[in-house]
Parts: sequence; C-alpha cells; structure tokens
Amino acid sequence: MIPAAFEYARASSVEEAAKLLNKYGEDAKVLAGGHSLIPLMRLRLAQPKALVDINGIKGLDQIKEQGSKLHIGALTRHVTIQNSAVVKDKLPILAEVAGEVGDNQVRNMGTIGGVVAHADAAGDYPTIALMLDAEIVTNQRTIAAKDFFKDLFTTPLAADEIVTEIVFPVANGPHKYIKFRRRLFDWAIVGAAAQKMNGGWRIGLTNVGPTPVRAKAVEEALHSGAKPEDAAQHASDGLNPSGDLRASPEYKKHLARVLTKRAIEQAG
Amino acid sequence: MAVTTMIGAKIHRREDPRLVSGEGRYIDDFTRPGTVYLSVVRSPHAHALIKSVDITAASKAPGVVAIYTHKDFAKVISGTMPAAPAFVAEKKQIPPRFPIAEKEVVYQGEPVAVVLTEAKYQSMDAANLIEVEYEPLPAVMDLEQALEAKSPKAHSGAPDNLGWDLTYIPEDANVMKEADVVVKQRILQQRLAPTPMEPRGVLAEYSRPDQSMTIWMSSQNPHFIRLFLAGALGIPETRIRVISPDVGGGFGSKISPYSEDYLVPAAAKLSGRPVKWIETRTESIQTTTHGRGQYFDVEAGAKKDGTLVALKVTQYLDIGAYVGTFGAFQACACLLSTGAYNWKHVSARTVGILTNRVPTDPYRGAGRPEATHLCERMIDLLADALHMDPAEIRRKNFITEFPHTSHFGLVYDSGAYEKAMDMAMEIAGYEKLRREQAEGRKKGRYLGIGVSAWIEICGFGPSAATAPATGGVALVESAQVRVFPTGSVTVYVGTHSHGQGHDTTFPQIVADTLGVPYDMIELRHGDTAEGPAFGYGTYGSRSLAVGGMAVHKASMKVVNKAKKLAAHLFEAAEEDVVFDQGHFYVKGSPDKRKALGEIAFASFGAGLPEGMEHGLEAVAYYDPSNFVWPFGTHIAVVEVDAETGAVDLQRYIAVDDCGNIINPMIVDGQIHGGIAQGISQALYEEVVYDDETGQLKTGTMIDYLVPTMNEFPNFELGRTITPSPTNELGVKGIGEAGTIASSIAVINAVCDALAPFGIKHVDMPASPDRLWKQIKQAREHSNGGKEARK
Amino acid sequence: MKHKVATTVNGHKHEHEVEPRLLLVHYLRDVVGLTGTHIGCDTSQCGACTILVDGKAIKSCTMFAVQAEGRSLTTIEGMAKDGELHPLQQAFWDEHGLQCGYCTPGFIMAAAYLLEQNPNPTEDEIRRGLEGNLCRCTGYVNIVKSVQSAAKTMGGVKSQPAGQPAARRG
Repeated sequence: MIPAAFEYARASSVEEAAKLLNKYGEDAKVLAGGHSLIPLMRLRLAQPKALVDINGIKGLDQIKEQGSKLHIGALTRHVTIQNSAVVKDKLPILAEVAGEVGDNQVRNMGTIGGVVAHADAAGDYPTIALMLDAEIVTNQRTIAAKDFFKDLFTTPLAADEIVTEIVFPVANGPHKYIKFRRRLFDWAIVGAAAQKMNGGWRIGLTNVGPTPVRAKAVEEALHSGAKPEDAAQHASDGLNPSGDLRASPEYKKHLARVLTKRAIEQAG
Repeated sequence: MAVTTMIGAKIHRREDPRLVSGEGRYIDDFTRPGTVYLSVVRSPHAHALIKSVDITAASKAPGVVAIYTHKDFAKVISGTMPAAPAFVAEKKQIPPRFPIAEKEVVYQGEPVAVVLTEAKYQSMDAANLIEVEYEPLPAVMDLEQALEAKSPKAHSGAPDNLGWDLTYIPEDANVMKEADVVVKQRILQQRLAPTPMEPRGVLAEYSRPDQSMTIWMSSQNPHFIRLFLAGALGIPETRIRVISPDVGGGFGSKISPYSEDYLVPAAAKLSGRPVKWIETRTESIQTTTHGRGQYFDVEAGAKKDGTLVALKVTQYLDIGAYVGTFGAFQACACLLSTGAYNWKHVSARTVGILTNRVPTDPYRGAGRPEATHLCERMIDLLADALHMDPAEIRRKNFITEFPHTSHFGLVYDSGAYEKAMDMAMEIAGYEKLRREQAEGRKKGRYLGIGVSAWIEICGFGPSAATAPATGGVALVESAQVRVFPTGSVTVYVGTHSHGQGHDTTFPQIVADTLGVPYDMIELRHGDTAEGPAFGYGTYGSRSLAVGGMAVHKASMKVVNKAKKLAAHLFEAAEEDVVFDQGHFYVKGSPDKRKALGEIAFASFGAGLPEGMEHGLEAVAYYDPSNFVWPFGTHIAVVEVDAETGAVDLQRYIAVDDCGNIINPMIVDGQIHGGIAQGISQALYEEVVYDDETGQLKTGTMIDYLVPTMNEFPNFELGRTITPSPTNELGVKGIGEAGTIASSIAVINAVCDALAPFGIKHVDMPASPDRLWKQIKQAREHSNGGKEARK
Repeated sequence: MKHKVATTVNGHKHEHEVEPRLLLVHYLRDVVGLTGTHIGCDTSQCGACTILVDGKAIKSCTMFAVQAEGRSLTTIEGMAKDGELHPLQQAFWDEHGLQCGYCTPGFIMAAAYLLEQNPNPTEDEIRRGLEGNLCRCTGYVNIVKSVQSAAKTMGGVKSQPAGQPAARRG
C-alpha cells in the first residue's frame, strides 16, 4: 500500500517546525516516530499534503527529574522510557507501560509525544497521563491532561503546535497496568491502571470510550475503605463504550471492572 | 541390494543457505526490462450492478500506459474460469466466471478495471482516479437465509442460491432409534484467510515474434496454470511457460487460478510490455480464496456401553459468489466424517450455497479438519452423555483391522490408532492431568483436556478416483531422472515445494535408490519448461507419497537400465549382477565393481547391448493404487479464565504416524506449522463481514488475527511408524496433519474446561468475549435467571 | 519534488534522489536492489521487513527513505561476513527454523537486535523479543530453538531455564 504524494521538510528546531507547519497549514502533519501516522497514510486514511519531520530536533528526548516531577521529552522513544533507570525509579508504571506498547521494533521508533498527540482511545500513555494529572507542554502552552484528550483523535493542539514534553508526578508506590489483548503486540481491548500515591489510589482505563477514563468512583470507593473487589464494581460507572470486533460494550464494561480489581490487587 | 543411509536421516536443507541470506527468489524479486506495474480496481460492494466506468481522469494521471476493462480483455481471454467436479460430480449451478466483471459484481474485491503505469507507485494513484458508478444490490450473506425462497440472489439472473445438494449416503430414519443416547450439535467452521506470509503476484511477458508467453507467479502447481491459461488465452501449452520460483507459503491458496493469473498475461499481450502485479495484504484477505466457511448439523447415537451406532451429517458449505476451482473439494468432510471409528450406520449430505463473498477453496486440510472436528466433537458429546471418559469411548470404537473399507467405499491402508493414543496419553500424563483438573475445580480454576484422535486421506491420488474429480486430469505424478556423463544427476519432479523442503528430501530418496552421493544430485521443479510434459503440484499432502514415489520409480528405471548395461560390460548374465550402494559387480567378485557414474559414462560411448539406446535417463509417471492414511492423537491442555473468558493454552501434545520417514526434521516442522494453524482457527482467526452490507471487516492483520510466538506453547511431539502398504517406500503424507488434528483438540479442551458450567459446546474462534458471554449465560441459567454477579 | 538521500547500506554508501513517500523497504528493494527484505502486510504487523537502522531493529515498511538520511542500515544481505554465515543464519539452518523462508530475513534481523540487547535470553525473553514477527509455516518452535542455538554460539552463557510466561491477559 502506497501513501499519496506529499511534500517533506526536516525541522532542526521547534521554531522551525512551527514555521513549516504554519506554511503548510491544516494539511500538514508532524512526523515523529511515524508508527501511528505512516500506517494510516499507507491505507490512505490520512493524506497530508506535507510532513514536517521533527526527528532531528535536538533536546526533545530528555528524561529529567525536577523536584517531584518527571519531565519526559516528547521525542523520547518507548524503548528509552522502558529501559530508563530514572523512570523505573521515579515512575515505574510508565516504564512498564512503555514496554507494552506495540512490539520491539515499534518501541524503537514510536515516541511518547506522538502517542499522546495522536489521542487514540486505545493508546496506553494517555490513560497514565490522565490518571496522574500529567501536563502536556507544547511550544505554546501547558495543557492539563484532563483538558487534552477531548475526543477520539481530538486534542486542542493548533495546526502549528507541537508537544515538547510531558510532565508526570513522581510516583513509585504500588502500581500495576493490566493490558488485556489477544496477541502480545495488539492494542488493548481494555486496559486498567492502578497507582497508589499520596495516600490514595489513581485508577485509569484504556479503550472504554473515545478518550482515556479516570475512574474517580473507584478511587473514592477505595478511599472510603471499600475492598478492591467492591470498589472495582464502579469502574464501569458512566461508561458507554462502543462495540468492535473484539468486544461488545457489555464485555468492555465487564473487563473494566475485572481488570481494575486485578490491577489494585496485584499492584506492587 | 542398496543399504539405505539417506532415507530417515536428519539432513539439513539445501534451500536454506540462499533463504537465510536473503537470496531467495520470490515473485516480487523478479522484473523484466520495460516492466509496467498493474493495479486492480476492485468492487467495494459485495453485490452491485456496474453502471459506468469513467477512465478520463485516470488516463491523464502520470505514467499511465494503459487502462483495460472487460471489453479489452474479452478480445484476448475466452471461456470461463474452471470449476472442477472435485467431490461433487453434479452441481445444480456453476455461475460462469470471467476474470473481470462486466455488468455485475458479486463479491467485494472483484476486478472491474486495471491500470498499467511506468512506475510502481503511480499505479495506485491512477487506480484511485478511475470512477466507477455502482448500483448496490442486496448482498447474500447468511447461509440459511440464502436457501429461502424469498432470498435475494447472489447472481441477479440466477434461479436461486443453490450450488449443489448431494447425498452421499441417504438417511435411514430408523437407525438412530437403535441408540441409547443421541446427541445433536450444530458446528461452525468459520471462514479463514490462508495468509501465507508472501501474498500472490504475477509477472508476464509476451513475445510477439514468438507468440509465446512467459509467466512468473507464486503458485503451488505451475503446470495446471499453464493448462488453464492455454485454453483461455488461445496460446498452446507449447508456447506458454510458467515459472514458479521460491513460493512464500501457499497452504492451498495458491492452487486454483485467479483473475490476475489471466489478466496480467492478457495485459502483457494487449500492451506489448511485461506486466507485474503484486498483491497487497488487504487484497489478499479480501480476494485470495478462503478456507472452511461451512457449518454442519450433526447427530450421533451410541449404546449405553459406548458402542457407536449412527452418525448423521449435513454439511452446509459457503461456496462464495463463484465455485472455486476446487471449491467442492471440502465436501470430502462428509466422506471422512466417521473418523477413526467403526460406526454401524452413517448418512451424509452436502449442500453448497452461493453467497456474495470471495470463493472458498482448499486451505490446509481442505475438508479433513472439518471432518475430524465434527467427529471428535460428537465423540466427546457422546462421552459426556454417557459419563464415559473421552479416551475410553475412543478406545472402544477404534478401527483395528486394515485395510478397512469405510461406509463411503474408501479403503484405509494401515493404522494403529490406539497405539498412537496411548503414547499421547503417556506424554501428556493424562491421569495426572485429570487429577489436577479435579483439584483445580475445587479452587475455581478451570483446566480442560482435549483429545483429538485424527485420521486423514491424502496423497492425491489414484487416477480412477482423481481424474473424474478434476475434470479429466488424474493426479498422478511425474519425474525425470537424468544422469550426466560425469555421473551427476538431475531430478525433475512435478510437485512444487513451497516450504516443505523437497530440494532436500527428494535427493535423499534418489541418493539411496541410485547409490549416488547426495551432493551430486540436483532437484528441479516449478518451471513448466523443464521435465516431463505435465506436473501436478504440491497440495493435499501428496508430494512424498506420489511425487517421491515418481522420483523413486524413475530412479529405479535408471538402475534397471544401468544394470543391463553393467551386465553387458561385465559379459555376465543380468541375474548374476548385484547392485549395492551405487555399485554394480558380478556375484562373488565385489572388488571388480563399477560405480553407477562409470556406467553412465559408458552409456554415452560405443558397444552398447543390442537394442539399447544411449544415455541414462528415464521418465516415470506414478499412479498410486490408493490414497494414504496417516493418523495420530493430539492432546491440548488449557485453562480458561472464567472471569474474562481468556483461554491459556498451556500444553500441546501431538503423536503422529505418517508411515516411513524420509527426513524427521522436516516431518516435525510440518507438524509444528500445521498445529499452529489449527490452534489459530480454534482461538483467533475469523474472516468477518458486515451481515447487511457484505463489507469485509477484518481486512488487515490488525483485525485478522494471525498469532505471534507468544500465543503458542512449545509443542511436545511423539511418533509411531506404521508403514503404508500402498507404496514401496511405505510413506504417507504429513503436511496437513497438524491442522487436521489441532482445532478440535483445543475446542474439546475448552469444552472440557467449561463443563462445570453446563456448557456443552463452543464454536470457533473461542475468543474471550464469546466465552465470557457463554459462561455468563450458563451462570444465569443455573442461577435460575438471577443476574450473574461477575 | 525529489529529495536527496544518502545512506550506508551494509557498509556501502548510496546516494539517490527519491520521492518523499518512497518507503524505506521499497528503497532497499527497488532502488538499492537488495530484495532480501520482504513485505508481508500493509499495517506494520508482520515484521518481514525488519532491518537494522543504526543498529536498532525497525520495520522498514513504516519508515520513509528520506528518514534514513545519513543513517547506517543493515539488511539480511549484510549479515554474512567474508562468505561465512552469521551465527544466526547458521542456527536457523541447523535448527530448521525456516520453511518457505519468506519471514526469515525479518526474523534474523529482529533476533540479531534481541541478542545484541540480551545475549543470554530465556525462552520467554526470546518469545517476547520476537513478538513483532509473524511466521505462518513453522509454528515458531524451531525459530525459538534457532535463537537459543545462536545465543550459545555467540557466547551467551548457557541459557537459564524458562521464566514465567508473559502475563498478557490480566
């Protein structure tokens, strides 16, 4: 399958990238890891008139701890996050999630900024970002995760706006991400994340709606002393997932409850 | 006498050095000077009328050399695509199929136009600019509804959707009354996409001065393609050459001729340029023939003590929009439905139904996985109804005397079914597994053990049976052995390996038969310009039993001639000459021996015996006297997570018997691969269409679930060897055996795991969402309707 | 508009002008002329197109040639040295790790990366390490054996017993 023709430009700085995106307008797309974009282009489901390649921009792939925050550069590849000693120490759930994205080849190219900007409901990082109140930093502003994932594939990013880093809180208490899928390299049918922090729990869900979900009802139930099994029953509160080839809406809601229970029980 | 040294040896494959170096030559690796690239414009609708085809915009696209539609191809292609009788000699209707649609499209993906461009990338751009106006028509999707009088027709002009309705053995309503228990089940065999890693491709070049056509393509049987194309293109077989180089898997999907196999050569003729087309994966899932696509209504009855009484089988087969060339082959599921057992009575009927989908055709096992699946499922259902252990009921009813003539008149050549099952049970540790299962159930863990005692028919096949089935060409096999003056040997065989290692195994046979060193023997196959006039291809686990025997027969002709010449040279009587390990000598004088190579050289000289021609070579066609009948027992061990419905396949044991073995490493490899595909059908794969619109929903590998190596355990293999009396080598086939056994081993295991819920049957694929739903319904049912908590 | 692309492929320098949309796999096959890297799907699942880009295993169907500017690429044709097969190639041969051979180059490249990252993988680590490569012929049993055999030859310490199977379904 061959993509439609497009113009191509490499940016060596964020400013240059923004300028190029401005030049090409709405019809341009950022090329980072390309592992969400290029498959869509090969199927001609996306036909951008221009690609702005940002892989050459230096300094966008740093991992830094500052205070109680962990800054992950947008161009950081999944494999780097997976293997990073800093991430494993300060926010281990993120390293584990990174290690479950796609397969080894995908992890060598795919970037956290790309996954977050793509805002696929089946993406794993958005769930963690939302659950932990991360911040998405762009070349124009900082956007709270809860304001970032508007709808499926929909974010508030402007045409010339580029994600530069994502800022997470440090959290290295009990945690678990359970990604339920058929084959090891598939997207999640449903995913459930549990992170104990600041004396309470954060619970996030993948692929149970058009955007990631933070299961506040579960968090509150746990806070009130409910057992994991009982608290997890609230995981499906307010959910209205769409059905697909792998799962009916009912099954997704059921999985949300079961996987949430297991994530809490297995968090270590 | 020759001492066998190569046969039975684990010889590493000759094919491998080039394949591991990236020097395999697959169809997309070929090009010719001046090649243009072809893209196919395909119907997006399952069923529609073509109102107009507008090529104006496309004609102006960069690099366009030509655009062809039906009216162009009608000038160079005549007749319709073939549909063999196979196992249904008389069909009610065979919709005529031209390689490209004219007025009506009847399956999503059917070709409507083709565009040729100078550069590869341009062809998809240009194809996207061709505007076709369609008037969608109702799509026939459901098999049961398709047979109703009020159903729309898959083809507008057709009287109905019935392709065939054939009763092999009529039902006798009284026989089931002899049974103490009767079980009934509808069993689904979902459509599968064979998904060889290499999609299809065709490159064709027409020489105007010679009026000859050369075609390179990824095919399991190039000679058959030459035969079909000769008729269609009006070019004699003598001027068509089909070359099938390295083939990246076939599994049955590269047997029958496809639209593109006609369109690409025809386009080469029309345009005067070499034309190349390579299938994308999406085209492959959409338009390469599908496997299975059936459901069965089965009834089985047995006595209290487990003696099998009667089996009633009705097969409903989804033909697709056209009858696949071998689409009626899978009706043999009926003929093998009695499996490894003695049944007092059987009745079987097959109904073929036309739908608006791509045709079904052979896919690894082709009817025999379906037969094994239904038979072994019914055996388990009977065992359950009788509270008998599944192994016990099998032992009680195994066929033990051979040759055995089945109800359908087929003669099983040899078997030792219980011995294979005993070995499988031992490797599995069956008793221990049952104890673990009992313990697990107390703790809310659901382990399942599934047995599959399989047999199958392969080695297609004897001329009396196969010639009528193909429409006149018996599926014998040909080989030519040529010894050169220097004593090296080239062997041509009409089969065509696509992963099975013939480059290695056939020379093993020749080495032992001729006593010539293995390294002096070259195998050639896959090019119709070489070797005997016809070759029959690789499918149906036939290459060794039929092709290997042809090679052996041709080699023996060479030995016999060499012996005559040797006797002449020794001035001895032929009966006094011994042939041993590649050397001839007069009885009693082994030190004065001559190697076959010396005899070969002599055959090119002077002083040959009266009446003997020069040279040392022979052609042989081998017509087997029977099919061959491998068998075995597989055992699957699963654990079902009752909360999520996920199946964990923990162990897989396989004991298989394919008679004498040429290369055990290759045999094991075939079994591994076959097992993986059957497991994948049981748990993962399914071609899914939208019921209303007929749109394909599983059009990529994102949704068509071919598993990774993380979805399988290691396979634990055992072996028994029961030679075949059917051929001199004592060999049977093994290429499909793994697939024939495995889907039901897994499904029986899942059903066994879920038995505590009262679940009696599970259909394929047993995906988590489906199992969860079944478990939930079973729990609600047993709770007296109370909503299940989990 | 064409772009100049300069790469090093298996140690040899190449410079071409290509369309931006030219996929890296087509660049290798049709422009550089190395047909050992294969295409088996449309959606980046099958891994038959796996090569090494600056030593990292990448699916070359999911990258544009222009992205490979200045990079060092290794394909299956670059694995043998001075006529001697790479231990992985030898191991696949020894252990019957291939049948039709179409997926094999991609597997060998992915396995080369795996063993470079983890010279002594357990069976589970091998299976996880090669999750991005599909095979339809072998059932994977002998592919795992091939990688284990190569690991031994390449100096990895004797493989440890298999760890817990990957918990992927929760």
